[in-house]
Amino acid sequence: MEARERLQAFEQTVLPHLDAAHNLARWLAGNDQDAQDVAQEACLRAFKFFGGFRGDNPRAWLLSIVRNTFYTWLRQNRPSITTVELDDEALEIADPAASGETLQGRQADAEAVRRAIAALPVEFREILVLREMEDMSYKDIADLADLPMGTVMSRLARARKLLQKHLAREYPSGGPS
Amino acid sequence: MNCEQARPLIAAYADGELDAIRILEMETHVQTCPACTRAWRELQQLKKSVRQESLYHPAPAALRRSVLVELKAQTRPAPERSFWPWLKLAPAFSATAVICLAALLTVTLSRPSAHDQLAGELVSSHIRSLMASHALDVISTDQHTVKPWFNGRVDFAPPVKDLASQGFPLIGGRLDYVQNRNVAALVFQRNKHLINVFIWPGNEQSATPAIDTVLKGFNLIHWSQGGMTCWAVSDLNQTELLEFARAFAS
Repeated sequence: MEARERLQAFEQTVLPHLDAAHNLARWLAGNDQDAQDVAQEACLRAFKFFGGFRGDNPRAWLLSIVRNTFYTWLRQNRPSITTVELDDEALEIADPAASGETLQGRQADAEAVRRAIAALPVEFREILVLREMEDMSYKDIADLADLPMGTVMSRLARARKLLQKHLAREYPSGGPS
Repeated sequence: MNCEQARPLIAAYADGELDAIRILEMETHVQTCPACTRAWRELQQLKKSVRQESLYHPAPAALRRSVLVELKAQTRPAPERSFWPWLKLAPAFSATAVICLAALLTVTLSRPSAHDQLAGELVSSHIRSLMASHALDVISTDQHTVKPWFNGRVDFAPPVKDLASQGFPLIGGRLDYVQNRNVAALVFQRNKHLINVFIWPGNEQSATPAIDTVLKGFNLIHWSQGGMTCWAVSDLNQTELLEFARAFAS
């Protein structure tokens, strides 16, 4: 394919998903500048590999590149932030419902939710963002993150439990005014 | 299904990951079990909290621009370095004639129909407009600002209306170029979806809005009103896009 055609095809199939790419990068990186760097780098990498893209889900493909780009970037630029190897089974989190730590049907305000999501370990955060904000299926997330589906489901469940706990603490009684 | 079987499935149920039979079983159980109903409500509430629009970070316009600039820089052909480039080309001249003829034949044979070409142009324009820097020449939700803006920019007066009350707020307009002529493009919004309406004078019979084409995942609706040809392009679902077009045409 000629360079110009390749760019045009890329603009039409991949770039419409730039919002998703930036959203994921922003939630992973935690600030605007790093998120833009990661999203831009991911787009350039995607363009480089675009000739080999044969799938029917350009969004999932781009997001997997964003994810890889982020973890590479993290190792190179923030080596002090180490992501722990999660032992999924060992991380037992008590059921918040059992201790009454639930939202009890209230909608938490955006700022509180933002803090609670940001406080999640990155391995949980990414699954939650892909599921709820990008509306991706368990299978697509498993493929994208190269994880078994069971792990995706357990991390999602844990992310939600942690979130519930965190939000319940923000609204200990009576709810937001 | 009892509680013990239902509880681990609640998340998959809420996430739409169950098959039809399980969904029915879950529905029946959750309705009759207060504990599961509570767990289901909590989860729905949590999902809603995370899905609040203000928590989503769409790409800033600056990022779109710089990605495009980078990509274009990468695809620019390398400058010619040879001092007498045409000397090298001399032996190719005779072959060129043959290739031109072949190319001409291929182009003629594989030329897309006028309709497909138009649909392709409209979708390309729509996609370009999603690159934020290009979306709008006049940013206004006021139809009385947008309509006069087109005066002197196009040689016709496009119909402009704000459909905010129907859930499709007008966000602006721009000049676009389709089928070798200047056309008016109005941009509307529905949640996170942009709708482009392309308008130019046409002499076709008044046609009611109908889905014309689906191209690259975008829906194209065509109609005519008041001597104008109108096309709406969006990734919005067909039902809502039709609803939009009917409101615009009415």
